[in-house]
Amino acid sequence: MVSRNKIVESIKNEVEIEKYVINLSSKHQRAIETKDLTISYNGKKNALNKTNLAFETNKITSLIGASGSGKSTFLRSLNLIHGENTLIGGQILYHGVNINDPSIDKFEVRRRIGMVFQRPNPFAKSIYNNITFALTQRAKYTKNQLDEIVESSLKQAALWDQVKDELNKSALSLSGGQQQRLVIARALALKPDILLLDEPASALDPKSTMQVEETMVNLKKDYTIIVVTHNMQQAARVSDYTAFFHMGNVIEYDLTRKIFTRPKVKLTSDYVAGNFG
Amino acid sequence: MFNSKQINKLAISFIYAIAIIVALILLFLVSNILINGIPEISWKFIASPSKTFEAGGGISVQLFNTIYLLILSMIISIPIALGAAIYLNEYAPKNDFISVLKTAIEVLSSLPSIVVGLFGFMFFVLKFNFGFSILSGSIALTFFNLPLLTRSIENSLAAIPNLQREAGAALGISRFETVIHVILPAALPSIITGIVLASGRVLGEAAALIFTAGQSSPNLDWLNLNPFSPHSPINPMRPAETLAVHIWKINSEATIPDATKISAGSSAVLLILVFIFNFLARYLGNKIYKKMTAGK
Repeated sequence: MVSRNKIVESIKNEVEIEKYVINLSSKHQRAIETKDLTISYNGKKNALNKTNLAFETNKITSLIGASGSGKSTFLRSLNLIHGENTLIGGQILYHGVNINDPSIDKFEVRRRIGMVFQRPNPFAKSIYNNITFALTQRAKYTKNQLDEIVESSLKQAALWDQVKDELNKSALSLSGGQQQRLVIARALALKPDILLLDEPASALDPKSTMQVEETMVNLKKDYTIIVVTHNMQQAARVSDYTAFFHMGNVIEYDLTRKIFTRPKVKLTSDYVAGNFG
Repeated sequence: MFNSKQINKLAISFIYAIAIIVALILLFLVSNILINGIPEISWKFIASPSKTFEAGGGISVQLFNTIYLLILSMIISIPIALGAAIYLNEYAPKNDFISVLKTAIEVLSSLPSIVVGLFGFMFFVLKFNFGFSILSGSIALTFFNLPLLTRSIENSLAAIPNLQREAGAALGISRFETVIHVILPAALPSIITGIVLASGRVLGEAAALIFTAGQSSPNLDWLNLNPFSPHSPINPMRPAETLAVHIWKINSEATIPDATKISAGSSAVLLILVFIFNFLARYLGNKIYKKMTAGK
């Protein structure tokens, strides 16, 4: 079902890097895909070398790798939220359109490709206004419509039961795990089809982490999720696919169970086994 | 000789002692001004105009001038400072020009107020022909105020974590919308503190006003609201002696026999005015903040 081919590529510094990247067959719907994506900051050495990854719709894909491996850089480029001094080469295909193009409205892209960061970042506003703020900035809604969106997105993020009686309380009074789920709900309110999560649970305690993971798995049926994580167990628990990044290259991309049971590349097995990183 | 525990104790008691000394000095100053001044304050003192040669004059005109000048200079300087601070903190690239600009602002904030006053005199009073007027005074005060206000608003904005800006960006909200609807409301309490501090400086400023707003006040007709009449209180082109200037003048010229009493009373009124303004600004600021941020 998945066509596999082994790639050995030589990169600039003439070192041969062994890679193994699956390519989704035409049977699998692609939510987003990169072609030769290269990223550099301020004209320095590439933070990411030619990366070709395709993400399957309604699946969770984990991006793993040591710090500085380029996985967060890659994730941030997908909804064009990278900083101003970042140079991106190559293509990002979203619904067949290359969004790495100056003519693309990056604000619109970010509404369709939602993002959640490592540290919960609710606005210093009420729980209700956190969800409605981005909506009302763009269009007019009636109070009933807003109420409905608030309820449905909080339910999707499994937070409704805990906060339904205190929607006017400050979002900052919630616990870290609740804040993170509120942030997820806030992104969902914009009706995106892809959710990018940048280490969404690494600032949370184990119980909140569990809740966030459960939320992710529940969201899978409606959204494509790409998650950067440092936590191997988390990647193994929640994701369908895993991509292993190392020093700006994707070393291995495969089904999660394969990456964690019998990786094809030695570097991957070393990392997954905890020998470095 | 000493162990860490003893050194720690010693250092803490030293720091406490310094803090107590500062508090005592402040308490002494404030209580001294209030004890000497409050007995002089009466309705008649506050509500009647000053006299040039006899005892028993009041401060009604000076009090009004002070408040009017404060409001006018704040109306001019807050929008400019806000815009500059938003630019410097949210948009300005990190390059040499901007760092020179920031240094220039810092230098400007340490400009002696008498120099600001002389500059205002040469430029607005003479060159622009504004004369000794509330307008000249409030523009001079804006020059005097702007660097500090810009700096403090800039710092207030910088104190809001980048997480909030990232959150806005991730939701497809433009930087400007994020600044107006998220960053500014969150920074409001600290911006208000900056405005209160700047107002305190304006209320107490004399040197910059002597040459710009003037040291005299025409007789005012409180019911005359025509802004072009020289006797109207709201005419911005009339000379206007403020409380601080009044205190300086009656003490340096002493043409009235009860100068000590009047300056004691005026000082107390000035101090109370600062308290009231401080309290009001914080109260209103808190209300707006609670409304916009759901109160935490």
